[in-house]
Amino acid sequence: MENIEKQLRETVKKLLKEKKVDLVIGYSKGTLPLHSTPVFITHEKDVDNLIFDATCGNNLAKYLGKSRKPKTKNRKPIGIIVKGCDGRSIVQHIVENQIKREEIIIIGVPCDGVIDTRKLEEKVGRKEVLKYQVEGEKIIVEGKDFKNSLKKKEILSDSCLMCKYPNPPVYDIFVGEPVPVNENRKPNTDNLESLSPDKRWEYFEKEISKCIRCYACRNACPLCYCEECFVDQSGPQWFGKSPDLSDTMIFHIVRTLHTAGRCVSCGACTRACPTGVNLAPLGIRMEKEIKDRFGYTAGLDTEATPPMADWNENDKQEFIM
Amino acid sequence: MKEWQPKILAFLCNWCSYAGADLAGVSRIQYPPNIRVIRVPCSGRINPISIMKCLQNGFDGVLVSGCHPGDCHYITGNYYARRKFAVLKTLLEFIGIEPGRVQFSWVSAGEGEKFAEVIKKVTEDVKKLGPAKKLVKI
Repeated sequence: MENIEKQLRETVKKLLKEKKVDLVIGYSKGTLPLHSTPVFITHEKDVDNLIFDATCGNNLAKYLGKSRKPKTKNRKPIGIIVKGCDGRSIVQHIVENQIKREEIIIIGVPCDGVIDTRKLEEKVGRKEVLKYQVEGEKIIVEGKDFKNSLKKKEILSDSCLMCKYPNPPVYDIFVGEPVPVNENRKPNTDNLESLSPDKRWEYFEKEISKCIRCYACRNACPLCYCEECFVDQSGPQWFGKSPDLSDTMIFHIVRTLHTAGRCVSCGACTRACPTGVNLAPLGIRMEKEIKDRFGYTAGLDTEATPPMADWNENDKQEFIM
Repeated sequence: MKEWQPKILAFLCNWCSYAGADLAGVSRIQYPPNIRVIRVPCSGRINPISIMKCLQNGFDGVLVSGCHPGDCHYITGNYYARRKFAVLKTLLEFIGIEPGRVQFSWVSAGEGEKFAEVIKKVTEDVKKLGPAKKLVKI
């Protein structure tokens, strides 16, 4: 991975030097260990801030939505560093006319999964981690009075454990070697689906009752780029804003519907959640349904028509009387 | 004691299902009086938010009915609706809402008979499920 960081810095430096881009969005070390932070690089001298390792969880495609990307006339393309899921989110942005393909230079990096800090905290007994180091398949974490070596695959985030696209499908420059697709990793919600509807409801009720309506999930989601979200609308006000279970449940149901056929299950929502609501199964179930019904997988083809803005005479309608 | 009667909201499209309901009426076909009808221009106009709002505010069941595929007054409205409903139905079932609560049907203007059948079936299904408890705002 160190090698990738080095190559990445050189690539970005070269792009800035040759004036092919005037801004590169990437990751840098955060103020806390294990939490990287997005960085916007405009000068060659800042290139050394760039990092890329298993803590780079944010989905940077978030910054490319129409309302967020920098608006300057005649600007050069924006360089952006993307993992597999970020790359798919960018493709989805292009499909939805949020950004033009020629407005960005996609710098792809291979990704073997990012860590779930919650799982890591459990492993070290909820002690504060002050230092970490990634060494191949292992992560060494250090705190005040402990030093642990953890296996990376034990603390990977759930969505990464189901990831089928570790390399971005579309890119201009690829840094490093593409990682092979792990066949054992595929989207699955079987453990939930084998339960009875009442048990499932119990599960989701328990999960979603943790929600405090901070909207971190929405703000971290690359696809939630609406200028005004339906929960913020006040004329009419669709649903209450307090953390009432019914309102909260409906917020999550409707948000899932709004991202159906677009969600790439990057897990940004789950990672952003301060109370640890597991939202990933909703997105994964929708992705599966869209694939089965309409034969569409989000974020693979820049020329595709989004499935929910399209129709086919032969769509299945077994559920309609 | 009187039997519990469910409240069901029916969104009927102006061009087919509403006319179907009208035909059922003028033909004096009997069907359960549990539905409250809202006439909409097209089944494609139904936002899942409206359906969620019904379930939140005291309806025990929701029916959305539109023109048969190919008969839409706006040519393709019900095709888009079909995709929306397929996804909505799967998601609600996945979350654990009973499948019978939210139902969909195609009823043309000439199918008064079918309209009555559909309402009978939906009412029976919802009666079996009992009053809505999930998603209801207290």
